[in-house]
Amino acid sequence: MPVIEFNNVSKSFSRTSRQMLLRNYLRRWLTGGRLERFYALKNVSFRLDKGEGLAVVGNNGAGKSTLLGLVAGLCRPDSGSVTVNGQVAALLELGSGFHPDLTGIENVRLNAALLGLSARRTAQVFDRIVEFSGIGDFIREPLRTYSSGMIMRLAFSVAVHTDPDILLIDEVLAVGDQAFQAKCFDTIYEFRSSGKSMVCVSHAPAVLRRLCDRAIWLDHGELVMAGTVEEVTQAYGGMKAAAT
Amino acid sequence: MCYTPNFASTGLDSHMWKGDYFFLVSNLVQKDFKIRYRNMSLGVFWSLLNPLVMMAVLSFVFTKIFPSTASDHFALFVLCGIVPYNFFTLSWISGTTSLVDNTSLIKRVPVPREIVPLAAVLSNCAHLLIQMALLAAIACYFGKFPNRYWGWLPLLWGLAIVFVTGLSLATAALNVMVRDMRYVVESTNTVLFWLVPIFYPFAIIPQAYADIYQLNPLAALVLCLRNIILEAAAPHPGTLLKLAFSSLFVFGVGFAVFRAARQRFYDYL
Repeated sequence: MPVIEFNNVSKSFSRTSRQMLLRNYLRRWLTGGRLERFYALKNVSFRLDKGEGLAVVGNNGAGKSTLLGLVAGLCRPDSGSVTVNGQVAALLELGSGFHPDLTGIENVRLNAALLGLSARRTAQVFDRIVEFSGIGDFIREPLRTYSSGMIMRLAFSVAVHTDPDILLIDEVLAVGDQAFQAKCFDTIYEFRSSGKSMVCVSHAPAVLRRLCDRAIWLDHGELVMAGTVEEVTQAYGGMKAAAT
Repeated sequence: MCYTPNFASTGLDSHMWKGDYFFLVSNLVQKDFKIRYRNMSLGVFWSLLNPLVMMAVLSFVFTKIFPSTASDHFALFVLCGIVPYNFFTLSWISGTTSLVDNTSLIKRVPVPREIVPLAAVLSNCAHLLIQMALLAAIACYFGKFPNRYWGWLPLLWGLAIVFVTGLSLATAALNVMVRDMRYVVESTNTVLFWLVPIFYPFAIIPQAYADIYQLNPLAALVLCLRNIILEAAAPHPGTLLKLAFSSLFVFGVGFAVFRAARQRFYDYL
């Protein structure tokens, strides 16, 4: 049974969706104008089996984040079907759900609750989360005193301790220092070898080759290529080199 | 656990997120509370200042300028109106803007969406407790000591929370689609000050409007509070029934609107 399966998935957004003001609605209604829609994903199909790591590559606006959003259940496709089997933990943006005025301790509790941990489970894993993040005494300080690397360490630490079946990572690993990156990689290997799956978006082919075994390449919402991570990152890198 | 676009009635989040509702709501409420009070040097004092100033001004106007015969204890009479009105207006506006204010949460974390307006409304309850303590203190000052009918208070406030949560679910969802919604809410709040018996007694409302008037849960709440605190009596059963009925009705409608809209929050935010 696949962990993630996309079957001819399309997802569109309207271009003016950023200006939700009454005057725009009225103007459109009076002039009979229609919203232009653009496709973030067009007829994308792929599957991911248990224990696999999938890399997603593509330029900005290729639909990578929309794809992760669909896997995480944040939005629904216009057509096609998305099947996800298992609990998802998503690291889609550095410290989303974190608040700068709260201390590290308060943010860990809040984030654990957001990711679906119960009060008891949070109390059980709390020390391990702090220990793993390596934040030390800073955990008592407000988050605004943290560096972006520290926030990422804390966010990653909470996410892996929620014991998900599928981990989604969007670029965030880039900001950690070398030592912590190595620690994250070890954790991800361990996570993968216990039969769990991962989807990773990154612009760093070296990171993707270490963490993933398969890859897909998206361009303007369409699936251009699917294969092993070596083949796809090489082809994608070659295209980019040719373009510049 | 799987979903397809044809998956009719079940919501999008309900099967993706299997967390602890209570733990999450309490964390979100605590977050709001801590942030609000950490950024205020005088903290709780601000929660007391606004109703006290309003009470003083309205008492001055309606005892010295337009003398009112509404009550022997006009200050207490007026405070019984101000406290519910303050709670309602603050909760409604924070509930309405909650989804837009928490865009990063809606777009990045698959939590059940209805939790966001709910937590925004509930985080005003700390505020409410402080103001109720003030009301109790002023009541004692005027010799209206707590009586057994005060036992009705949790039920009354529970219904008020149900009402404002229902209303907020609808307006929060609409605010995502049409950002002008918050101005509609703010204007309604201003108008509402006159349509709730804050500084005039219910008795002067003409008979023809009295029944409809009480269908406004906020007006019904103020009347019940006055029954309990000023008259040391149980809330009037007819008023209580109208409060319960209209609160639950508004909640039902608000939840239905929210459910119908929530699939599209991601696209609109």
